Amino acid sequence: MEPLLRILRQPDNVPIVLMVPLFLGIVIYWWRAARLHDRLLAEGGEAAVRRELDGPMPEGTQDPKLHTWPFLLRIELLAALVVMVVLLVWSILLDAPLEQLADATRTPNPSKAPWYFLGLQELLVYFDPWIAGVLLPALIILGLCLIPYVDVNPAGSGFHSWRERRFAITTFFFGFFGLWLGLILVGTFCRGPGWNWFWPWEAWDRARAVELATRDWPALFGVPRGLPSSLFGGVTVAAWYGLGLAGWLWGRRRPALQRLGRSRYAIVAFLFLTMLAVPVKMALRLGFSVKYVWTTPWFNV
Amino acid sequence: MSEEAPPGLVKEVVRSALRVENVDTPRNRVLAVAHTVWLHLHPTKVPRHAVRFSFTWGAGGISFLLFLVTLVTGVALMFVYRPTPEHAWLDMKRLDFDVPFGMLNRNMHRWAAHAMVIVVWVHLLRVFLTGSYKAPRQFNWVVGVGLLTLTMLLSFTGYLLPWDQLSMWAVTVGTNMAGAAPVVGHEGPFAAPGLTDGNDLRALLLGGPTVGGAALLRFYILHCIALPLALGLGCILHFWRVRRDGGISGPKGGA
Repeated sequence: MEPLLRILRQPDNVPIVLMVPLFLGIVIYWWRAARLHDRLLAEGGEAAVRRELDGPMPEGTQDPKLHTWPFLLRIELLAALVVMVVLLVWSILLDAPLEQLADATRTPNPSKAPWYFLGLQELLVYFDPWIAGVLLPALIILGLCLIPYVDVNPAGSGFHSWRERRFAITTFFFGFFGLWLGLILVGTFCRGPGWNWFWPWEAWDRARAVELATRDWPALFGVPRGLPSSLFGGVTVAAWYGLGLAGWLWGRRRPALQRLGRSRYAIVAFLFLTMLAVPVKMALRLGFSVKYVWTTPWFNV
Repeated sequence: MSEEAPPGLVKEVVRSALRVENVDTPRNRVLAVAHTVWLHLHPTKVPRHAVRFSFTWGAGGISFLLFLVTLVTGVALMFVYRPTPEHAWLDMKRLDFDVPFGMLNRNMHRWAAHAMVIVVWVHLLRVFLTGSYKAPRQFNWVVGVGLLTLTMLLSFTGYLLPWDQLSMWAVTVGTNMAGAAPVVGHEGPFAAPGLTDGNDLRALLLGGPTVGGAALLRFYILHCIALPLALGLGCILHFWRVRRDGGISGPKGGA
């Protein structure tokens, strides 16, 4: 348990520890609200959801709206006071870390990025830096920006709903909780010297041998190195994204894809398959010691 | 010649400052918001569901509050801190042991920054889960993603400034990625000819091949001037668009 306590005691890890119950609570709240709103929606349409959210109108009021002053501003003031009190108490009880003077000749092992980037650092185990540190973050930002433009489903705007937005919410939860937050937790609690895997209750063994024997995906099928391997890997990657094309050919007559249209579908399929490729590549690495799926003289995937 | 007597002194001061009399009428409630520069970002009236804390969890507002906390505490830190390898770490020690309330101020700056990152994520999650990015609010979601990115860049650039082992190596790990960028990083695929660790994207960021004095100065300027300005301007756009795009989202059927 001593390594776990050491991780928990690091002041910079407090936010990560706070985050777990916070997001758990949010998901539980969301699930209850979504179920309630879905039920109301089925019974009386959006107006019923609105009535529930608005609450009962006080006796004798005609105005369906409230004055910002004082009804909204008093809540803002209270929220601000609570936040400031929490922050002040946190700052009195816990000091920000200050380690020894920066020294370019002494590399700590492990060297960890700031906690909010640990997910990306964890990806370095499975991908080359240009993918883990440049391509994937860029696609995350781009993909987030594109969400409103590729989600053409107008339903479920302004309230919680599960039934109206199953695909959108499942995809987002997978990316946000499964990948982004999940990998941050892995990077914080399960990575020790040499970025080797140590369970939180395991002592950090600095001399632990690293499993170095890796192979490439084509080698699993006995494809020789060099050009055949490159071609095989390229075909594999093409086939992966070809799943998107297959999905279009199979389902293009369906109303959902008709509504989406070709260009929006292509964006959704590309981003979705890329996101899904991350855990697939992780599984290949962890299960079959696969280092690269596709090797070329210029880059490796 | 009967001149009207001036109002009482206190009353005059209050009215001249607030432009609203302290009398609770519906009209004055509206004017209190519309006539005050700090409050006029709000509409004068809001839908009933908008004042339910559970609808927004206050995440957007709390993000902004935490930004303000980092601004105020950050300016206070700048009075003590000098961004050079000779001074930076010793100035941190001075803050911790010598400057009155230096440690508390530094703690508040750091914890508010960490909290801001989390609360911005909560805000993103809330806006996603209520489908509030849907038409006509698509573009404000994009602005929000930009603010999220800036928040993380602000946090990252601030991470280097204490100039301790934690800072230096976290930033080394983070900026090494820039050296692996395709075309513009010297270790990336399709690196442009003639690119070395002294003239690629990472070198631009760090002012040299490694994290040293030049990197400290660059991160300091980004952290204290460029990024806060960008975030502030982005907030103006974000808040303005909330109003222009129809105020807070909600189910149809209300007023």
